[in-house]
Amino acid sequence: MSRLPLAVTAAAALLTLGACSGLTESNTPTAQDGDGTIAVESTADGCELTTTEAPSGNVVFEVTNAGDEVTEFYLYGDDGLRIVGEVENVGPGLTRDLVVRAEPGSYVTACKPGMKGEGIRADFTVTDSGEDAGIEGVDQETIDAATDAYAAYVRDQARTLVGETEAFLAAYRAGDDDRARALYPQARGYWERIETVAESFGDLDPKMDLREADLEPGQEWTGWHRIEKDLWPPASGYAALTPEKRTTYAEDLLANTRTLDERVQDLEVTVDQISNGSKGLLDEVATGKITGEEDIWSHTDLYDFQANVDGARVAYEGLKPLLEVKDAGLSQQISSAFEALQAELDEHRQGDGFVSYDTVTEPERKRLSDAVNTLAEPLSQMTAAITL
Amino acid sequence: MTGPSHLSRRRLLGAAGAGALAAGTGAAGYAWGHGQPVEPAAATHHPFEGEHQAGIVTPAQDRLHFASFDVTTDSRDALVTLLRAWSAAAREMVRGEAVGGGAATSYDAPPRDTGEALGLPASRLTLTFGLGPSLFDDRFGLAARRPASLQRLPHFPADRLDPARSDGDLCVQACADDPQVAVHAIRNLARIGFGTVAMRWAQLGFGRTSSTTQAQATPRNLFGFKDGTANLKAEETRALRDFSWVAPDDDGGDWLAGGSYLVARRISMAIEPWDRTSLREQEALVGRDRVEGAPLSGGAEHTEPDFEIQGRDGPLIPMGSHVRLAHPDFNDGVRLLRRGYNFADGTDRLGRLDAGLFFIAFVRDPLRHYVPMQTTLSRDDGLMEYLEHTGSGLWAVPPGVTSPTGWVGETLFT
Repeated sequence: MSRLPLAVTAAAALLTLGACSGLTESNTPTAQDGDGTIAVESTADGCELTTTEAPSGNVVFEVTNAGDEVTEFYLYGDDGLRIVGEVENVGPGLTRDLVVRAEPGSYVTACKPGMKGEGIRADFTVTDSGEDAGIEGVDQETIDAATDAYAAYVRDQARTLVGETEAFLAAYRAGDDDRARALYPQARGYWERIETVAESFGDLDPKMDLREADLEPGQEWTGWHRIEKDLWPPASGYAALTPEKRTTYAEDLLANTRTLDERVQDLEVTVDQISNGSKGLLDEVATGKITGEEDIWSHTDLYDFQANVDGARVAYEGLKPLLEVKDAGLSQQISSAFEALQAELDEHRQGDGFVSYDTVTEPERKRLSDAVNTLAEPLSQMTAAITL
Repeated sequence: MTGPSHLSRRRLLGAAGAGALAAGTGAAGYAWGHGQPVEPAAATHHPFEGEHQAGIVTPAQDRLHFASFDVTTDSRDALVTLLRAWSAAAREMVRGEAVGGGAATSYDAPPRDTGEALGLPASRLTLTFGLGPSLFDDRFGLAARRPASLQRLPHFPADRLDPARSDGDLCVQACADDPQVAVHAIRNLARIGFGTVAMRWAQLGFGRTSSTTQAQATPRNLFGFKDGTANLKAEETRALRDFSWVAPDDDGGDWLAGGSYLVARRISMAIEPWDRTSLREQEALVGRDRVEGAPLSGGAEHTEPDFEIQGRDGPLIPMGSHVRLAHPDFNDGVRLLRRGYNFADGTDRLGRLDAGLFFIAFVRDPLRHYVPMQTTLSRDDGLMEYLEHTGSGLWAVPPGVTSPTGWVGETLFT
């Protein structure tokens, strides 16, 4: 469960990906420290650069908005159309860095005070530094294939989630608690694999996946964990739900699951959303599953753990053709870390599933946690690597 | 700075008294070669007496030792005796003196003062005492004096409170520029209290996260961002009256006027996931830029945020950002006097940093000036993804002691 608001998720999704090269933004210049950084001052009617020429390789523009309106800075290819790099949403007085990896050639810079029009344009030249800029193109088809495949994966998981949830809830409503308990972790897997996408629908997540401790006073507790508690009730002080109540909560969860399924049908994703989502799924593991807080009644946390990892891995595998081109070393590091984490998880397999998480000792949990950190750190570098 | 009749810790060791007066050269200025404002020459010690207790609008010191106590006796007299003894010891310690005035004790007796602060200056130590809701039960005849707002804070969404880090009959906030001085103070107060109180829990804070005067630079929290830029400052007399000091007409004002309520929240941070978060997302969650602390709508650190100004995909300051949700514009105009500290209590059993922010705020009425804002933040703040509230407490902070023989709590017990 998490409550990352949609607004923030959306703001994080602004990166565009140029077909042959891209960009990243950072306030920490990575390549051209000191006099290598090109200062850009954007005003109402000016766009002053300290130099209009730079050697090929990483080029850092330090964009300061000295005007009164929100501004943007673009680096275009020599056709003045193809976006090589951009910074958006720079408020008055603020400074933000644009880091691009540029090949020798002619470019066009533009400040867009007020975020409109063609902007204040000028020519910019990247000279040959003799250093291989290391820019390998990823063609648009590869990108489209990656994003299309991931969107299809999300749709497929959501569709299957509906069916599995129906089966789970049917057993639950029929009072077949043993069967419901067996189906609970299986069905949840489809949710957990696409959890970061599901959470981006800020209205659905609290209704479907809220934990008891997350409630605010007066808020009604519904969704997966409400039913979980009823199926694995505490030893004392708990009043079981009546059949009528069971029906109410079951219908509510199913309706919300169907809404989720409908909404993802026309989902469009970008490369950075997939990449950030992959890292986000590992964060879900790190903050929820690893502590046993997710499924506090059923102790089926390892099922959710595995599903989060599966979802993160599918996202990574989909982007692998891009990452291999951009940063093969990073890709190898991520790949190895996935293997290592999976090996740790496999230690706890039992039958078709996993042991109850309350039987996993503290040292074992720490090993899982260490493996998550080992993977999440390089995974967090993936977005910047792909889009630079 | 020490009175002639008192033996200072430094003099006890033969140190020159004048040498103890650190950095006493007047107003704030700018250091050579740096653009950084220099902290104003600090007073070397803050007096115990005053209209308000020290440690609230006092310029925030660098270190904290906060302790919560439970009363272990039903005797009202014993409780009063303790509050008198604590006040007397506090008077000595904030002056940099040894507890018990350094009076000689038998060689066969343990020393009155525990000794670890001998030779250290007062270090601007302040000791701020609070009375918890649980003190107002039937043990001490205080039930009828409990203000309506002095009640255990409600459960906020996503709270994960540890009872062993929450609540308590009494609290003491010890702040000083030297952690040894702060720890010494709590240790000696606990020792004085044995038989009447027992320590329930305590928290060390290693770095301040708030400025309480306009001259203090804004420090950073463990997320790496400036914290408390919009904090209520000591100079804002009118706002302090509105939002921090209990007024005579307020509920409980008969004894609490000139006092305040201390809200403490131990907020654990998910350090490792945060460190894996892109700068884009970090700034979107906070609503400020990381380096300067300027709102994303533009300007410099102290520029008022513009929540309307639009970027490509909505407001430059996102709807779920911390700075928006905590801003007075969205909280019925309420402003907060915060005095929090960064903490790092080693690692948890999973090897993760057990670190975060020990939030302290002084409010006039917690039900109006804290609970609504925290409810909003706990529910909607994007930063909550990386936060977990693990401890909580609320205490009424009686007004300051104005007479040389006065004691904290006098207005309630007499």
